[in-house]
Amino acid sequence: MTMPTNAPTAAHALTDVTASDSTLRRFLHGLPGVDAVGLEARAASLGTRSIKTTAKAYAIDLAISMVDLTTLEGADTPGKVRALGAKAVHPDPSDRTTPATAAVCVYPDMVATAKEAVAGSSVKVASVATAFPAGRAALGVKLADVRDAVGAGADEIDMVIDRGAFLAGNYMKVYDEIVAVKEACGTSARLKVIFETGELSTYDNIRRASWLGMLAGADFIKTSTGKVAVNATPANTLLMLEAVRDFRAQTGIQVGVKPAGGIRTTKDAVKFLVLVNETAGEDWLDNHWFRFGASSLLNDLLMQRQKLATGRYSGPDYVTVD
Amino acid sequence: MASVFEYAPAPESRSIVDIAPSYGLFIDGEFVEAADGKVFKTVSPSTEEVLAEIAQAGEADVDRAVKAARKAFVKWSALPGSERAKYLFRIARIIQERSRELAVLETLDNGKPIKETRDADLPLVAAHFFYYAGWADKLEHAGFGASPAPLGVAGQVIPWNFPLLMLAWKIAPALATGNTVVLKPAETTPLSALFFADICRQAGLPKGVVNILPGYGDSGAALVAHPDVNKVAFTGSTAVGKEIARTVAGTHKKVTLELGGKGANIVFDDAPIDQAVEGIVNGIFFNQGQVCCAGSRLLVQESIQDELLESLKRRLSTLRLGDPLDKNTDIGAINSEEQLTRITSLVEQGEAEGAERWSPACELPESGYWFAPTLFTNVTQAHRIARDEIFGPVLSVLTFRTPDEAVAKANNSAYGLSAGIWTEKGSRILAVANKLRAGVIWSNTFNKFDPTSPFGGYKESGFGREGGRHGLEAYLAPSSPEGER
Repeated sequence: MTMPTNAPTAAHALTDVTASDSTLRRFLHGLPGVDAVGLEARAASLGTRSIKTTAKAYAIDLAISMVDLTTLEGADTPGKVRALGAKAVHPDPSDRTTPATAAVCVYPDMVATAKEAVAGSSVKVASVATAFPAGRAALGVKLADVRDAVGAGADEIDMVIDRGAFLAGNYMKVYDEIVAVKEACGTSARLKVIFETGELSTYDNIRRASWLGMLAGADFIKTSTGKVAVNATPANTLLMLEAVRDFRAQTGIQVGVKPAGGIRTTKDAVKFLVLVNETAGEDWLDNHWFRFGASSLLNDLLMQRQKLATGRYSGPDYVTVD
Repeated sequence: MASVFEYAPAPESRSIVDIAPSYGLFIDGEFVEAADGKVFKTVSPSTEEVLAEIAQAGEADVDRAVKAARKAFVKWSALPGSERAKYLFRIARIIQERSRELAVLETLDNGKPIKETRDADLPLVAAHFFYYAGWADKLEHAGFGASPAPLGVAGQVIPWNFPLLMLAWKIAPALATGNTVVLKPAETTPLSALFFADICRQAGLPKGVVNILPGYGDSGAALVAHPDVNKVAFTGSTAVGKEIARTVAGTHKKVTLELGGKGANIVFDDAPIDQAVEGIVNGIFFNQGQVCCAGSRLLVQESIQDELLESLKRRLSTLRLGDPLDKNTDIGAINSEEQLTRITSLVEQGEAEGAERWSPACELPESGYWFAPTLFTNVTQAHRIARDEIFGPVLSVLTFRTPDEAVAKANNSAYGLSAGIWTEKGSRILAVANKLRAGVIWSNTFNKFDPTSPFGGYKESGFGREGGRHGLEAYLAPSSPEGER
């Protein structure tokens, strides 16, 4: 539950909070605080849910279908991106009942290659634009980056916010940038807004950033780039799930959540699904509303899936390297 | 498209615990039958299955046990503190080693979820023995005189809500200070205490230092009244506490009573709402609300009442009630049929008084004793459900407008054991906490326990403190040697 008591309740009234710098600041600072100890304790206690057998099989397939299979290296080549695309479509060549991943996530210059690689499948192409991962470029450059990716056919844009502006309290600047990027996405691409939660430092900031992103029109809010020390954690993801839950209660608008970075094992992924299930609810248990930004996670999910199917643990040579 | 994420059952194996068909009394290091041969049955509240037949202590058994404890006291109290510490450390380590077995046992006998016995009860039980083991050789530095002496034989009577934890709260400080013990566990939950007797033997504890006498109220009454008991420690209902106070009045027995409560959980409008909701849930639904310090009165600032209640109801809808041995169960069974009847009757009174009752959609198992998590709104100070301890998963919601009103309402209770304050404003936490008449006050959390922290109440919640350095005081005579009692 996240609305401050003085907050307007109707959806149209929420747009008033972005009328000026001061109204926006007042709104964000009026959000209920986050007690760090309590938040982390809740995340930890949900992590003790024991998920076995049928529930685990369901969770593994769901998690696979939620993966944004990602390659974001300076050394990316078309060959690497094509390999990634093929894996996204058929994650486990030995078992065609394995669901496809949600998307492949690449740099803008690789979007066209990725589109070709996943053509004819359900797999979306996401692209990190807006001067990823630092976000330190002029707005014009960021928007050109976005248009480039959208023009090449990207279905989803993962933008980073200007953390410097956010930490300086310049919320309006961050808001305006997100609005502009959303506009550049047009109607064809969904926008994921990355906060780089590790740099925002406090849970209060993460809650404010979540609301800021949603007010500005984010389709997804995403924890991090995967390029800093602290990325997705159960606690910051729980917090963001509370934010989307409350935002929908206030506005009727549903926003997705994407934890990214640091989720490597099936066990971890299942814990995140438990957070989704018990916080935002089953409406979010779908790859339209929840994603994992993770590259190494998929192979562990596949190995666990094979183990459930065969009763044996096969090992890393029985899944494809990226 | 997503089907509901149904967690498959994840039951803890009960084969890890080996429950014998019958148990005796533990006197002078041996399991013995009751002098009059009386026995009673202990059942599992979640299934009504009979777990074992237990010997029932009568007056003659109490006398035997107190004599054994008196005899053992001579040597035990003469041991250097560091030697007593060795035994306590050993007991603590055995508890850790056997914690899974004990957690399953406790869940079977008590009905509380394995999640709680595993993650809360057992770690705290071991922690209490470790903590007081550390004090055993430092008593002269505890602030109770230069050479504090033990009192003698402690007669201890504990309740059924945290059977093993209450045993630890009682036995650990008693042994650390050099006293010997005769303990009566509750009639509905004697098993873990009897397993503890076995742990005492495993640890090589000298005979007679710990004696366990299962039985009903009359066994407890005989123990409390025994002339050769020097110290009485009781945790349980206020009614029985008053009875004990009457019994020991005029004797030289030292007494501590830890009784009922009707804790106020105060949520201000600037609280961290999501965490407050968790705290409210933990405050009243932990151990099915069968907690003396439960936050059973929610005092919420009027301005956020609606949204807080909406959040709370949504959260309650995610609570999982059922088989306590399932690792995913949040709410287990009520401890006994008698307690279930009491809860049911108080809740019916609440409805009759005009308070609004709400429970999440929740299927109750067919056998066993169950009560759905329940919320009462439109409650006033004049309602019985705002005044009487229900000792069940029932939350009464009241409102306030100003901090003064919150304090006045919180203190307007015959009890004074616990309270909670939820606000992001540090100065308000301190200001309000200073005005609350309660033994434990949590801020932005609830139901947190630690062996280093003293626990106890004001008014009808009892007197004396358990836990921490303060907990030693109840078992020490500052300057008078044992002979002067």
